Amino acid sequence: MPNTGKSTFFNRLTGASARIGNWPGITVDLLSAKILLGAEMVEVVDLPGLYDLHGFAEDEQVVRRFLQNNPVDLLCLILNATQIDQQLPLTLQLCRLGLPAVAVLNMADEAERLGIRFDTGALAAGLGCPVCHVSAKYGQGFPETRDTLRRVLGQYPPTDLQALQADFAADEALIAEAEKLLARSVTIPRILEHDLTERIDRIVLHPLLGIPLFLIALFVLFQAVYTLGGPLQDGMAWLLTEFRDLALAPLRAILPGWLYGLLVEGLYDGLGTVASFVPIIVLFFLGMALVEDSGYLSRIAFLMDALMAKLGLDGRGFVMLLMGFGCNVPALMGTRVMRSRGLRLLTMLIIPFSLCSARLQVFVFLTTALFSPAQAPVVLFALYVLSFLTAFATALLFKSRIGAATEPLLIELPPYRLPTLGQVALRAWHEVHHFLSRASRFIIAGVVMIWLLTHLPPGATAGGPDTLAGLFGGWLEPLLRPIGIDQRMAVVLLFGFVAKEIVLGAMAVVYGLEGDALAQLMAQQMDWAQAFSFMLFTLLYTPCLSTVATLRGESRSLAFTGFSIAWSLALAWLVSLVFYQGARLLGF
Amino acid sequence: MTMVRLSELAMGQQGIIEDMDAEEPFRQRLQALGFRVGKEVRPIRQALFGGPLQVRVGSVNVILRRNDAALIHVWAER
Repeated sequence: MPNTGKSTFFNRLTGASARIGNWPGITVDLLSAKILLGAEMVEVVDLPGLYDLHGFAEDEQVVRRFLQNNPVDLLCLILNATQIDQQLPLTLQLCRLGLPAVAVLNMADEAERLGIRFDTGALAAGLGCPVCHVSAKYGQGFPETRDTLRRVLGQYPPTDLQALQADFAADEALIAEAEKLLARSVTIPRILEHDLTERIDRIVLHPLLGIPLFLIALFVLFQAVYTLGGPLQDGMAWLLTEFRDLALAPLRAILPGWLYGLLVEGLYDGLGTVASFVPIIVLFFLGMALVEDSGYLSRIAFLMDALMAKLGLDGRGFVMLLMGFGCNVPALMGTRVMRSRGLRLLTMLIIPFSLCSARLQVFVFLTTALFSPAQAPVVLFALYVLSFLTAFATALLFKSRIGAATEPLLIELPPYRLPTLGQVALRAWHEVHHFLSRASRFIIAGVVMIWLLTHLPPGATAGGPDTLAGLFGGWLEPLLRPIGIDQRMAVVLLFGFVAKEIVLGAMAVVYGLEGDALAQLMAQQMDWAQAFSFMLFTLLYTPCLSTVATLRGESRSLAFTGFSIAWSLALAWLVSLVFYQGARLLGF
Repeated sequence: MTMVRLSELAMGQQGIIEDMDAEEPFRQRLQALGFRVGKEVRPIRQALFGGPLQVRVGSVNVILRRNDAALIHVWAER
């Protein structure tokens, strides 16, 4: 079930060795990990949380199909002990599937504080499976749970899929049975107030203060990342330059000229420029993890739903946009909770406009290079505002065409939880790891390719108009000159189509410089209007190939994917054109 | 006690669910979150600009829109 700390439990049980795997009968990726339990290797799969087994949301169907198509040996049901009254009916349904099961009551510590008492024996007898108490967050109860899992796994023969599919019809009468079992085995105080949560909500969800407070929180988060990240980034850039001067420069005497160029001026400078932004990305994801784990996201859905309804969307769509600030790909996958196809497509159409962390590093670099320290944060904030505005305008424009049928909105507001440092660090690590693995996949290949394109055919001036890159740039120039983008930057944009993580590396290679020297050159090459036009284009055109692939996979429609790409390119060009020509007309 | 729609309860006023008009998939989701006949519900607050309601049912807080809340009939307590 959602909000039970399932992922925390999974990570603690498996030692956070989770990997993405593909499963028969299912189109989505599930996390799985192999662990040693007793003397046996066991494969643990993290299934999505769900509210009921007959649901029509994709997550619910994923679980159903998984259970029907895979020989599951043991079902480990993670329940939220503080909401046992809501969750017991589904638990009973799942226990009656005929699979060996263990019920794990998570957040046992929180339940105890709230005065909820369990008669574990009666509960286990009623459910027909062992019951364990744990606190996934703090790790209490894990040795016992491991023992129980091992014992139950040993008791049963491997699962017979055919017999299981026959049993797979749940019964309404079970709900009545669940109520009876609840009355028999659990005592809940009549008034169950999460006192602190209610007090925080009184301020955070205040009719007048709520939205301003949210905007302030967003601004503070963003300022903190920028002010804390700046010095760290400078330090990182300094380290990389020192390493280059001390360790790599002597190689020039040993290696042939082209190899030195490819390895140091191509690969090292390209990667180094990207790597210096890792501290900012880490800080950014730490902040995002804090917001997500605290329970604040569903409050944002509450605050923003009225506005989003006018755009043909709902509060969840706004939350997905925020998630897109990290990376558009998981945000697109997050739209699976929406049942209405129109609503889902419209949400997927606007997510690519949300300013993801890969675009953030391009903007941080260019704003720092071309604007004064006082102006830079304002320019960056303006780009965030534009990101929202284009997303909203797109929704408004296409809501009637895509026909976002309204669907009832029903979201749980979980009590606020202060995530532990470990949890936040783990989440941030996962994100950074993801960023770096993407980076190594795309950036190395991209940077090498760009170096080759800007240095071939042999004999051409590096980065000059007679190289292959110059040729491509020349073709694109008539299209991009009206928006103030020259031949060289056109090549950069071309590679940015693959992934925005490459953009900075591409600039470094195209101009043959890195770090501060590159920043200084950019300031000479472009004026502020050209730079802002370039950033607008970068903000709005197709984020990256991964996003395109995800759009295709999630919408299962080539036409929709093509439309999304065409619309974002057209919008990017138009907005940049209007801005650039407008700025020139005004005499800038 | 009078019978009203959940959307008509005053903030903080308690009601007891009598009936739900919701269509099937939505009805099931309501039930899964604890909306069942005989359960106590209480609207806590409403978002600005006619936004959704925060409703407490049992120990769970949920948000739902006013027009969806109108599908739930409750006995209003004073």
